[in-house]
Amino acid sequence: MNDRNPLYRAESPDLLIVEPLDDMTLIYHRRSGITHMVTAPVPEILEAMGQELVDIATITARLSHQFEMEADASDVIAIVDSRLADMMALGLVERASEGTA
Amino acid sequence: MHEFRVSVGPASFRLLSDWQKPIAQMRALYASYPEPEIPDFTVRLEAVSLLRRFLRPSGAIEGDYMLPDAAPLPVEQGLLALEMGMNLQMALGWRRHLILHASAVERDGRVLVMTGLSGSGKSTLSAMLGLDGWRFMGDEFVLIDLVSGAAVPYPRLISLKNLAIAEMQRVAPSAQFGPVMAGTPKGDIRHMVPSPEAVTRMAEPGIPALLLFPSFGYSAAVRELQLSETFVRLTQASPNYVALGEPGFTALARFVKTVPARAIDYETGAEAIAMVEQLWDTLA
Amino acid sequence: MTDAMILVGALRDPDSAQNLAAEQWTALLTIARAEQLIGTLAFRLEGQAVPDGVKAILTDARLNAEVQRRTALWEADCARRALAEYDGKVVLMKGTAYVASDLRAGQGRSIGDLDIMVAQPDLPTVEAMLLAAGWEWVKQDAYDDAYYRDHMHELPPMIHRERDRMIDVHHTILPLTARPRPDAAAMMADAVPLPLAGGVRGGPEKIVGSLPFESDPPPTPPVSGRGEVFVFSPEDMVCHCAAHLFADGDLAGGLRNLWDFHCLTQEFTASDPGFRTRLSQRAEHHGLTAAVERAQRLADHLYVSGCDQITLTDRLFIRRLTARNGYGQQTRRFIRLAFYIRSHALRMPPMMLARHLWTKWRKGHQPKV
Repeated sequence: MNDRNPLYRAESPDLLIVEPLDDMTLIYHRRSGITHMVTAPVPEILEAMGQELVDIATITARLSHQFEMEADASDVIAIVDSRLADMMALGLVERASEGTA
Repeated sequence: MHEFRVSVGPASFRLLSDWQKPIAQMRALYASYPEPEIPDFTVRLEAVSLLRRFLRPSGAIEGDYMLPDAAPLPVEQGLLALEMGMNLQMALGWRRHLILHASAVERDGRVLVMTGLSGSGKSTLSAMLGLDGWRFMGDEFVLIDLVSGAAVPYPRLISLKNLAIAEMQRVAPSAQFGPVMAGTPKGDIRHMVPSPEAVTRMAEPGIPALLLFPSFGYSAAVRELQLSETFVRLTQASPNYVALGEPGFTALARFVKTVPARAIDYETGAEAIAMVEQLWDTLA
Repeated sequence: MTDAMILVGALRDPDSAQNLAAEQWTALLTIARAEQLIGTLAFRLEGQAVPDGVKAILTDARLNAEVQRRTALWEADCARRALAEYDGKVVLMKGTAYVASDLRAGQGRSIGDLDIMVAQPDLPTVEAMLLAAGWEWVKQDAYDDAYYRDHMHELPPMIHRERDRMIDVHHTILPLTARPRPDAAAMMADAVPLPLAGGVRGGPEKIVGSLPFESDPPPTPPVSGRGEVFVFSPEDMVCHCAAHLFADGDLAGGLRNLWDFHCLTQEFTASDPGFRTRLSQRAEHHGLTAAVERAQRLADHLYVSGCDQITLTDRLFIRRLTARNGYGQQTRRFIRLAFYIRSHALRMPPMMLARHLWTKWRKGHQPKV
């Protein structure tokens, strides 16, 4: 299994109810029945991932484009990597490896 | 077992007891309420053992929904036990509305909802407002319609504690009161029957228009709350939010986004009522 | 006085509920709740004309069952992900297995903890992975912990620290000290994988109530090849059900377990005429012939009309199974006590039983009969 460039997929948008409140956003996850309260950039990452298998580079490129940041700034990549780990623990994102798409 | 049935708001109960006295007390206090044919829930006050039926009698609260390892209560507090049992059935078993641990009063079709922990004063405030031109809807639970967002009454017996007992007896001398139960885990408790209007209109909902988080015992202050803070506090104040799933989420998100919320600190009932009226005028 | 036969009758023959008076409905609903069968009853009575007060209660029960099903499947999915790096089979058991397999036994079923079975040598690995993924031990004292590890068929219970749900990890289906010794290795070998899309992962939930799904989400293809889950083969599923019913418990909740048995055998037999033969062969292999045969007699007697081939001892079992009154209380104290003692005797050799009950007594535990 090739883990050098992991691919990720977000939960299907049909299964998430997203309610922005203030600087916090609510996400009701239909499959688990759990309500998550998250802050930026989690909702933005979910939106950037769409329904495809994407790697971190693609996610950060889309986010950078949206927020006009440096796409390869190492702290952006680190933040996205860290948030993806959180989202995987919550079951909002799953990880695959290249070659299983 | 001795039996009594009662409907409170949209919910109905069958109350059973190994002792006759608590049932007789309930029947006297809930005399003006309707009686259901097929109750939603059964609550039982059972002697913990054959011995405990007669010697220092104490009863355990049982029923359709139960908490494991709940401590039994002496039969003098049987009325309290039955009320607690009814609350437990609602908290664990009700699915037809989102339940908020809150009190509510209504005026002109709009509803003031007050939520907070025990001791915040929400119960006493709702009772006082209910005597002051507002219609009393409930002191323990407010039921929110899952589709329309309306607040539905649940006017059970008002549970007064400690100092509030004397105060309510002073301002409402003609109201019907239950027995004084001293030495309960929460101090002295006495139940008060809601006004006849509260009972006759208990099928009439209203639109939530103001949400308050009262805190008794602090100098007067008002604080605005962020939506996310309100949401979190209300999930903590809702015994059935998680069990409802998606309809609960939708109803609570709608409530938080449409109903203005404030935290108020107060030292006297009169102070609180003044703050309520002022906030109602500006926000509701 | 009313006993749980009123519930049995309604489950066996839903049409007969038309004749119930209001008081009988109240007794029936109370007993169904007490026996954890209200969701099942609600599904059995779907489409029947019932009084308004009853309809609301049954609608709530159906909603509850859906929520429990969704929660159970999610919990199984969390376990699957936590154990993704584990090479061996993870087998779902009991209610979670029924709903994951879309079996009739899962319709309306109340589901509590997640039960899984893994190979015994792998227990330390599985234990470590679950702890790493957020499960923790439910606090026990040293005696209970040692007892579990040495004699029971499962690890001491674990609970997830954030989701607050319990998991029971089994390595066989009966306590090691019980007399029948089912062949756990064979059950693991014959366990079948669940299809991932539509099983534990990606299965669309039916939300019953005011906010139904507009459309089911498209089935998600597996993201990785790892992390399948399994269920027992049909014969082993039924053997486990019978074993659990008779050899592991004091029959508390027996009506529900027997209903599971009834649904499973009916469904498996309907799709495969050779099922009964394979079932009795498998039961014999596990040493569970007596349990399976008794379960069959009792299930047929209670849940299938016109079956009456029961023994004298079967009648005692029925007395125990239906020991519930219209108030929801347990009745028939002596027969319950007899079965409670029997259940302990079945789990343990006499010397161990004496020591176990003595230690429990000294710690203030008393059987709740």
